[in-house]
Amino acid sequence: MENIDFSLVDWSRAQFALTAMYHWLFVPLTLGLSFIIAFMETLYVRTGDPEWKRITKYWMTIFGINFAIGVATGIILEFEFGTNWSNYSWFVGDIFGAPLAIEGIMAFFLESTFIAVMFFGWNKVSKKFHLLSTWLVAFGSNLSALWILVANGWMQYPAGMKFNPDTARNEMVNFWEVLFSPVAINKFLHTISSGYVLASVFVIGIGAWYLLKNREIHFAKRSILVASVFGLITTAFVILTGDGSARNMAKYQPMKFAAMENLYVGQQNAPLVAIGILKTDELERSHKKQDFRFTIEIPNMLSYMAFLDPNAYVPGIKDLVHGNPEHHIISYQERGEKGKIAIQSLAAYKNARKAGNDTLAKAALASFEANYANFGYGYYAGRDVHELIPSVPTTFYSFRIMVGLGIHFGALFLVVFLLTMRNKIEKKRFILYTALWSIPLAYIASELGWVVAEAGRQPWVIQDILPTIAAVSQISSASVQLTFWMFFLLFTGLLIAEIRIMTTQIRKGPEPLSPDAKKITKDLNH
Amino acid sequence: MMLTIWRAAIINAVIDIKRMGKQMKYVLHNIFQFYYQGFKGMTVGRKLWIIILVKLAILYLVLKLFFFPDFLKSNFKTDEQRSNHVIEQLTK
Repeated sequence: MENIDFSLVDWSRAQFALTAMYHWLFVPLTLGLSFIIAFMETLYVRTGDPEWKRITKYWMTIFGINFAIGVATGIILEFEFGTNWSNYSWFVGDIFGAPLAIEGIMAFFLESTFIAVMFFGWNKVSKKFHLLSTWLVAFGSNLSALWILVANGWMQYPAGMKFNPDTARNEMVNFWEVLFSPVAINKFLHTISSGYVLASVFVIGIGAWYLLKNREIHFAKRSILVASVFGLITTAFVILTGDGSARNMAKYQPMKFAAMENLYVGQQNAPLVAIGILKTDELERSHKKQDFRFTIEIPNMLSYMAFLDPNAYVPGIKDLVHGNPEHHIISYQERGEKGKIAIQSLAAYKNARKAGNDTLAKAALASFEANYANFGYGYYAGRDVHELIPSVPTTFYSFRIMVGLGIHFGALFLVVFLLTMRNKIEKKRFILYTALWSIPLAYIASELGWVVAEAGRQPWVIQDILPTIAAVSQISSASVQLTFWMFFLLFTGLLIAEIRIMTTQIRKGPEPLSPDAKKITKDLNH
Repeated sequence: MMLTIWRAAIINAVIDIKRMGKQMKYVLHNIFQFYYQGFKGMTVGRKLWIIILVKLAILYLVLKLFFFPDFLKSNFKTDEQRSNHVIEQLTK
């Protein structure tokens, strides 16, 4: 790894980040809106009120637009695995194979059957079967997300696998350990629930637009009511799973946790910086040390958040890089040396096998296995270990903006719910404008969640095992740059198409009710 | 006597198969009609299908074919060669 082409690594990372972030623009709305639609249709089936059917059909159209534009955008990530990240793809192949195959099969059956019934089945299948199909689409699309998030969770916390030095691949030894790893489960729940919050904000925002335009009042208020209740419940779920994520991070990815909190020197009774502005210390730039210009802190909260103990010791960046014997933390330099032994032992094992020297191969394998936990650190032996620290400002600010926006959405759901229940929502124009402008904020918060998760764990592709510099393919950096811009144009085109089709549909509004249906609605609501 | 019984059984089986065939045809026809009428009645959906098809064509016929070959599959013939290459990359 002496001749690393950093421009290749950076462009490959940038391309993956670009495609993943664009892909994520479409996914959370699908995850959340599918459930909101299912609730709306349940209300229709239970009450028989045609207005609920009209509301369901309208949001189903919006769901369809988002689904159609977003479908297959994730395939590009798989292209990139094979071309730009071939070492990584080979290295993890067996871990990813099963979850992605299950996802593919599930997505196929889901898309070709129940979505078709959901869209084409009105008046052709029974009400109850149609409702069942809508619920199955909601559960199916969320379950489909499970598998890719399990794969991502494994990269953050590689459990249930064993590296085979003969094939250079990780092989699954325990599927259930991969599936039910605490990181994977928490990641799945936090990610889908954040999608529910985004979808709730989206529905409330569009509903608010109709109220601001004094159009479709009844439709808008009902949509807002369902979304605000769903949003309130799922916000609680996001907080709960977010708390779980922080604890997992403190346990399995302490550097990400320290960077997210800008905790340079570890401490007991560590406070949580609720609001903070960073200042780069010029003298400590190479150590990535950042001081605070300004902070508002909650005493002991970080220790409690990380270990459920206000007196707990939370290691800082310095402790993790330079080691802290008192708290049994070994330095990155030491981990680098162990990692280097693992890399050399792997090479020795391969050579011994080639030469047919079983004794040497056995000894090399034992040495490799003893040091495998630090394998990835070996690539940094002899280099500046501070390269192993992620970008502190990116992680620190992304986390705070995400949490701040999350609090804003929770408050918005509550206010909107209370105002709708009191029949006053249409008069509160400031709240309606806030709801409308919260739509882009929900997307920002959702993307920032991924920035914290992924930028915060740099330089790792697989935590502690494989850094980006070892995972990348030896291809031309120029070709990656070219495809980066091609993807940028393609995705921007898709995004413009989505926004245009969606805004046209929103302006058009829901289909009007027939006179008979109007009469039924009137009678039912009398 | 036996011959008559066998003959009747065969005729019945053929009738059953024909009936099942007809039922199957009916079910398939219904499924086809369900999708056909559904696609035919789409308003926004037509535009979306065009976007999906153009997108898939760009992804598979342009990007995958010309810009995203599988590095290991296109450069090495066997899994052994691929694993040797990866180990070489990881240990150099």
